[in-house]
Amino acid sequence: MTAASGPRGGAARLLVVDGDGAIVHRRASDLPALVQPGDVVVANDAATLPASLTGRHEPSGAAIEVRLAGRRSLAPQRTRRFVAVVFGDGDHRTPTEHRPLPPALRRGDRLHLGPIAAVVERVRAHPRLIELAFEGPLEDVWEAIARHGRPIQYAHVPQPLPLWSTWTRLASVPVAFEPPSAGFVLDWAGVIRLRERGATLVTLTHAAGISSTGDPALDALLPLDEPYRVPGVTAARIDEARAARGRVIAIGTTVVRALEHAALPHGRVRAGAGVATQRLGPSTRLRVVDAILSGTHEPGTSHHELLRAFQGDDVLSAMAGELEAAGYQTHEFGDFVWLADGHRAAASRSAVA
Amino acid sequence: MTRSDSPLHGRRVAITGGTSGLGLALVRELHRRGAAVAFVARTADRVHAVAAEGDGIAGVVGDVSRKDDIYPIALQITAALGGLDVLVNNASSLGPVPLAPLADTDCEDLEAALATNVVGPFRLTKALLGALAASAREARAPIVVNVSSDAAETPYPQWGAYGASKAALRHLSRIWREELVGLGIDMVSVDPGDMDTPLHALAVPDADPASLKRPEQAAVEIADLLERRLGGANGEPERDAVAAVGR
Repeated sequence: MTAASGPRGGAARLLVVDGDGAIVHRRASDLPALVQPGDVVVANDAATLPASLTGRHEPSGAAIEVRLAGRRSLAPQRTRRFVAVVFGDGDHRTPTEHRPLPPALRRGDRLHLGPIAAVVERVRAHPRLIELAFEGPLEDVWEAIARHGRPIQYAHVPQPLPLWSTWTRLASVPVAFEPPSAGFVLDWAGVIRLRERGATLVTLTHAAGISSTGDPALDALLPLDEPYRVPGVTAARIDEARAARGRVIAIGTTVVRALEHAALPHGRVRAGAGVATQRLGPSTRLRVVDAILSGTHEPGTSHHELLRAFQGDDVLSAMAGELEAAGYQTHEFGDFVWLADGHRAAASRSAVA
Repeated sequence: MTRSDSPLHGRRVAITGGTSGLGLALVRELHRRGAAVAFVARTADRVHAVAAEGDGIAGVVGDVSRKDDIYPIALQITAALGGLDVLVNNASSLGPVPLAPLADTDCEDLEAALATNVVGPFRLTKALLGALAASAREARAPIVVNVSSDAAETPYPQWGAYGASKAALRHLSRIWREELVGLGIDMVSVDPGDMDTPLHALAVPDADPASLKRPEQAAVEIADLLERRLGGANGEPERDAVAAVGR
């Protein structure tokens, strides 16, 4: 599939896979028509940080790119510590798999990142993966990130991405490291149309981490732990929808990860803050989410693994064939898929039988 | 009204043009009533001085007339406040200084007035609409206040660039308000009256300050308006699209 280079909103395409695995081609602007009265649509309202910071490694003087990739808490004014992936010299125009390693990083090393400095607090189980703490007053940290940082981006989009292009319409608090890109499916007119359909739109906030490092050993560690918060009103609307046999439709993999982490028995959801640590895949039994609206993800990525929680490999393989044959676009500004939970559909069929 | 009684207590408020005139008075008044305040202004030294006036006041250096500044500003506002309930688009540009008839107004001065007074508030409000919509979903009654002027209605000679830009902002507010009702976001255009501010001094250098409203008084009136809009013990909140305060 080819990569799209910027948000396309309702003009994007939408491949729909229903619970039985049947495939239909729609447009992203058709989303409200797929939603039924009583459904609850849950989106991630995280805004995206310009999480790529260039600078140099003080002990060696070597040029580096630091990509912020994880955090423990959603509270911006209490956050100065981040998990980060460090690259050697170069920028996003070089595919990540060809990027050089950074100089050897050690605990206590200072990193000069434009107007601000950070200290390496720990090197994790990979030479690119560190924990760092920014120095200085927190408002200076946020000013430096806002002004010096660039959105994390990849070689499939060579031109520099402006920050605005990485914020979905619903983007609220800047806690994500890469856009929760399924949210690009919604514009404000679509939000109103969802409600006119009799569905409810609610949000949670989830610090979406990086999607790829180009390094198989590091990619195998993804997704990193991701903090999230489920507002009380969101948990309440999900409970009400389930009680009335409405469906819970997740906009994006981050929403699935957060809701399934916050799941309580009987498909209820715990409101409040949490840190999603689990991996979702073919052995996952979804407890809350009935369907996902997602970008198109390539096999082998953690995002694609998550889709295997919804449908068997035969259906996903048929879907991949359709996406390829019909020329769907991929990556963060690409086209969309809708996947209903086929396992649940099968379970309800056998219950009826 | 004491801090914890005010409907503004705990509200997350952003104010543009926060280091002088009405903006500075609003920073102080809303902070006094218990709001968490982030303000924006262009000059770093002045931003840092005002931010140092109290805990719960965050300063952001930026220029709302510059496209490239908008998202960094929005990011720092929501990072400082953890969200947003009230946005006050206050920063204003007079246009040509000294004031000039339109026929003698440089196109660039008209463009500068439009950039600060119309396009800047439009861009910043758009960038923060996600945060305001999140506030609405949690029933925090978000509101955008666009600071207007009687020059938006009355065709004062020599005030062409300013008056035309404020008229555009006022009409934009009225249309946008209709569109935002469904999202639970309120928007209001406020005319604070002629005030003794740096902007007024640029426009009318020989005005008698005693004949002008003090910006602190206008700030009290706008804070009162916000409290009425946010509701509270006194029944239904006000819902007019355009408000003249204290005149």
